[in-house]
Amino acid sequence: MRYRRFVLLVLAGAALNAQVTYERLLHASREPQNWLTYSGSYLSQRYSTLDRITPANVKNLEMKWVFQADSIQKMEATPIVVDGVMYVTQAPNDVVALDARTGRIFWVYQYRVSPDARVCCGQVNRGLAIHGNTLFMGTIDAHLVALDAKNGRLLWDTQVADPKLGYSITQAPLVVKDKVVIGPAGGEYGIRGFFAAYDVATGNQAWRFYTVPGPGEPGNETWAGDSWKHGSAGSWVTGSYDPDLNLVYWGTTNPGPDYNPDVRAGDNLYSCSVVALDADTGKLKWHFQFTPSDSSDWDAAQVPVLADLDWNGTRRKVMLWANRNGFFYVLDRTTGKFMRGSPFVYQNWAASLDENGRPIRSSNSLPTLEGTKLYPGMQGGTNWYSPSWSPHTGLFYVAAWKDYYSYFSKLPVAYNEGQNYFGGATKSAVQPIRRGAINTWTDVAGHGEIIALDPYTGKEKWAFKMHDVTDSGILTTAADVLFTGSREGYFWALDARTGTPLWHATTGGQISSTAVTYMVDGQQYVAISANHALFAFGLR
Amino acid sequence: MRRNIVRVCVLVALAVGPLLAQHTADPVELDTGARIYSSTCNSCHGPEGDQVSGVDLKKGQFRHASNDDELARIIQDGIPGTAMPPNNIGRNLVALVAYLHAMRDFKTRKVALGEARGGRAIFEGKGGCTDCHRVNGKGSHLALDLSDIGSIRTPSYLEDALLDPKSTDLPQHRFIRAVTRTGEVITGRRLNEDTLTVQIIDSKERLLSLTKADLKEYAIEKDPRMPPYRDKLTDGERADLIAYLVSLKGPANGGGGGGRGGRGGRGGRGQ
Repeated sequence: MRYRRFVLLVLAGAALNAQVTYERLLHASREPQNWLTYSGSYLSQRYSTLDRITPANVKNLEMKWVFQADSIQKMEATPIVVDGVMYVTQAPNDVVALDARTGRIFWVYQYRVSPDARVCCGQVNRGLAIHGNTLFMGTIDAHLVALDAKNGRLLWDTQVADPKLGYSITQAPLVVKDKVVIGPAGGEYGIRGFFAAYDVATGNQAWRFYTVPGPGEPGNETWAGDSWKHGSAGSWVTGSYDPDLNLVYWGTTNPGPDYNPDVRAGDNLYSCSVVALDADTGKLKWHFQFTPSDSSDWDAAQVPVLADLDWNGTRRKVMLWANRNGFFYVLDRTTGKFMRGSPFVYQNWAASLDENGRPIRSSNSLPTLEGTKLYPGMQGGTNWYSPSWSPHTGLFYVAAWKDYYSYFSKLPVAYNEGQNYFGGATKSAVQPIRRGAINTWTDVAGHGEIIALDPYTGKEKWAFKMHDVTDSGILTTAADVLFTGSREGYFWALDARTGTPLWHATTGGQISSTAVTYMVDGQQYVAISANHALFAFGLR
Repeated sequence: MRRNIVRVCVLVALAVGPLLAQHTADPVELDTGARIYSSTCNSCHGPEGDQVSGVDLKKGQFRHASNDDELARIIQDGIPGTAMPPNNIGRNLVALVAYLHAMRDFKTRKVALGEARGGRAIFEGKGGCTDCHRVNGKGSHLALDLSDIGSIRTPSYLEDALLDPKSTDLPQHRFIRAVTRTGEVITGRRLNEDTLTVQIIDSKERLLSLTKADLKEYAIEKDPRMPPYRDKLTDGERADLIAYLVSLKGPANGGGGGGRGGRGGRGGRGQ
């Protein structure tokens, strides 16, 4: 044991000055002591091969340290961990480097946000990307900045889009080869969404793909008149990458205006879709639209989870996707073809999916002036909370909002630069983003569940029911321990095979993030943020 | 930027001037305001206007504004460093500010008000209200403390609550019934709940936190405990009682009023 620890220390020491090369990012799963990207690897499975914390000993977890952010905004960030150093953002756009073993701070970078920044849903940030010794962060005033990971000095600062028009960046970037890929949010402001890649060394734009096609481009005909100009289709959750196919996958948000589809008659490509882009050129390889002509704000703001499955005797490269619209999809990620799909929560807006995965709408499922009651509600059957795929259990884990509804109403709307472009309103029993300290609602309002789905049937293997809804994603490990949080502030460890609760800690604040796990000096840690603090747990 | 501020000030002056002069907004304007509220403000402030901590729009309680000018400016400019964004709603600013003032009384009907003094006698006597409710330190803690009910509920809402308590019942008023492993039956009003625990004030006025795993039975009652007063009081007595309730505005300094969780729409209207 002593010898092993010594070896690990030496290895850690050797790695200390090692840069995070593209090779390392490509094989992130080979170094499970680190957490190198938003979702842990390019496949975005939120699955770790670390197995020191087991269903048997998880009850011995204790808090090792806590980092109190110097911010009153909630922490939605996923930290990245590189050779014992943790990098995390402090909302809205400060970056903190700290010792992953003690929580002590090495340096803090403070970004001055322009007063022009406007965000729909809180001044939040979901994290960083790293390449070499450089960290990358998108800002809520739509800049992309590069920092020296050793001292937090600014290396370059590129304006991605105009914040006065409602463009902002809240998601963590993704580094692919020598480029850093990002896209703006702003689906509530009538932006024209895009994904863009920037040179890691210079910050110069390498390519840009507009998620709303302009005149003459294929897909522009899915927008009535000039409505494409403010068609939104932004993004706010990090995508994935398949190195064999050299494709980057990313989900897009609602079309603008959110709740009034009359002014944008048509399918509104590529809103509420996943797009597959060539990583070198940004050219569209394929797209799949989950919700054509959406009028419920059902963003495809989910992490594309990539897995390889035996499907009727053939090995298939698939993409697993539990969408905000309440359906769970399996797609072929080489071609974008629909393989199967079924609801994972109660829903009443679609009669079914056709053989291509296109929803067949129920009658009376469109917003009206008086309000139309739909399941799932505005926040969806799930939302941006990271799902997890465990190759070990063969189950896909989703944080779901069950029996949750909203009334969707439609209002006349005109576009005004940089102003809300809703075209309607919603009303639910559940508070959409966060709530106060008190919860006295009843079952009628809906509730949160962690569910385990079989990708072959779409059926629920087990469900763990909570009183409140949840805004926390899921981490699984090779020891079959599943970690997740809750609005109630509980940090849970569940048995990934059965859903049985094994352990919990009370953090005292709403958890709106997903846990990561890493290892320093032979100790496996699991870290989660709650409200505006970050907690690290390890075995006693 | 500076020019911007000047422009905004002019706009605000133009917008708020007529509003203050009008004093009572017309129904069409309020309706416009309600729509703007619902599409612009509702998602953060909530239908009851009390979802942002420290702000209660219905009560006219703001953190950053002490008059209409400031209120209008904040709506227009937002508050840097917070989640409050700028909102360029132009002429509709007047309607929105008017609606914020009238929010509490929006879409209510006229209700006959009697004598508050007589109402108090009924509240403390014949009505038996103090068996459950409390006003200014008198009565039980079991049901809601009504010391400031007149500043948060309209007369028509109060009349509904008396005639048909089920129609105004909110989830946060529900009672629970629990049986412990040792067979003790506990009933009380639910104050808070999560997956593992429930917090109540019980029939002995104790603040209790129950761990669900320790309970043999646990259920939230479906109907309110409050009996209908339709046949218990004459029309005149009811008018007096409502007048008394309407007169209850809470402590003179506007503070206090007890725990925030005790009332309000937090738990979710419209379930």
